[in-house]
Amino acid sequence: MAPDMIPLSYGDLALASLLVLLNAALSFGLRLRLEGQLLIAAVRMVVQLGLVGLVLKALFTTVSPLLTGITALAMVLFAGREVFARQEKRLGGWWTYGLGTASMLMAAMLVTVLALTTQIQPDPWYHPRFAIPILGMILGNTMTGIALGLNTLTTTISRERVAIEARLALGHPWRDAFGNVIREAMRSGLIPIVNAMAATGLVSLPGMMTGQILAGAEPMHAIQYQLLIMFLIAGGTGLGVFMAVLVGAYRLTDSRHRLRLDRLHSSH
Amino acid sequence: MLRIEALQTRHLAAIDAEIADGECVAVIGPSGAGKTLFLRAIADLDPNEGRVTLDGRARESLPAPEWRRKICYLPPDSGWWAERVAAHFPDAEAARALFPRLALPEAALDWEVARLSTGERQRLALARALLLRPRALLLDEPTSGLDAASMAAVERVLMEMLAEGGTILLVTHDLAQGKRLAKRCLPFKQGRLESEGTWPRT
Repeated sequence: MAPDMIPLSYGDLALASLLVLLNAALSFGLRLRLEGQLLIAAVRMVVQLGLVGLVLKALFTTVSPLLTGITALAMVLFAGREVFARQEKRLGGWWTYGLGTASMLMAAMLVTVLALTTQIQPDPWYHPRFAIPILGMILGNTMTGIALGLNTLTTTISRERVAIEARLALGHPWRDAFGNVIREAMRSGLIPIVNAMAATGLVSLPGMMTGQILAGAEPMHAIQYQLLIMFLIAGGTGLGVFMAVLVGAYRLTDSRHRLRLDRLHSSH
Repeated sequence: MLRIEALQTRHLAAIDAEIADGECVAVIGPSGAGKTLFLRAIADLDPNEGRVTLDGRARESLPAPEWRRKICYLPPDSGWWAERVAAHFPDAEAARALFPRLALPEAALDWEVARLSTGERQRLALARALLLRPRALLLDEPTSGLDAASMAAVERVLMEMLAEGGTILLVTHDLAQGKRLAKRCLPFKQGRLESEGTWPRT
């Protein structure tokens, strides 16, 4: 722990949590009927973070590559479920879940391992105190990008069916016929990270940097870390979105260059 | 010669047909009878089984895009992928030469797709297909939105294609048009081909 880190007592947290109770009271008074969900969400957050704290503590004391790997894999699988849940239309069978998870596994793992082995270089390189938080941050953003990219791909390709089939019927190969849609899907997956980079520092102070500063780090050191993380996130999101959108598009055609909308199902 | 043997999909019973060079065959029947699915299956736009050959050459021996340029399907609702008409015509010169024959002005190339009328879209989509110089055309209601003058122009162009040895399969609800262009017909009902060649009594 850094010397200037001011530890919080449970009393401090209880005091802050009164604000949530105040919100609940407001919700009750104004009949928003949100107080139940609000309290459940708050309790969930406390329980989940408490468990994460226990897991991290255990990981940090053992520094086992196996346990760290299992934790990382579990995080990727949860993120895959989240991508799946955000789709209006899904590829049949395991395709949507598998594709989202595989893209994240490839992109987030690659970028995380790259950062750990060449830039941050903790000892050992897989030390969970570095590996898990960095993977978490990269995963969170890659997940958003992939979910958006895939959703744009499947909804746009259904909407543009007539235009795409017109091109196929005129003998355009599927890559040309799908081109506009693929580009639009990739753009929509990448725009959040572009916006985040452009707004960082002006509109928002990123959470990680703020956390390090609160913990007593030099602002310049915190900023260096933040820049590293943003570059990693941009790289991971790009890789993940490209893979997910390209493979998704490939799944929506076949060897005879058809548009296979029969492989898409509405999730409602 | 376009030969179709045991062509079937999930919604189409095995269909056999032969269309000679220079021949137009009308595909008729009530809505939902499978006429569109039949043309789409020939163009290989939907998964299907069966054998389709053009001049003795099986379609599997060609990459799908090449097959579809030889035997071009024209859907009833035309699709556009750019804002300007010109972007859909790789050869502007050839397009300008063809337009007057379809009762379209040469300036149509500079139009915006969003401002086209139904009839203009239909004729421009036909022009787009004709410029590929396909051996066969699979036309799905090609004149449903046209006035008498434009329809006559389109039919003249189709007759010229037939005179040059082209092959046409024509889905139409307009029996008079069917009889003007085609000598025989393929009557469809509930995804099956009924007794070939009988025009319904009008």
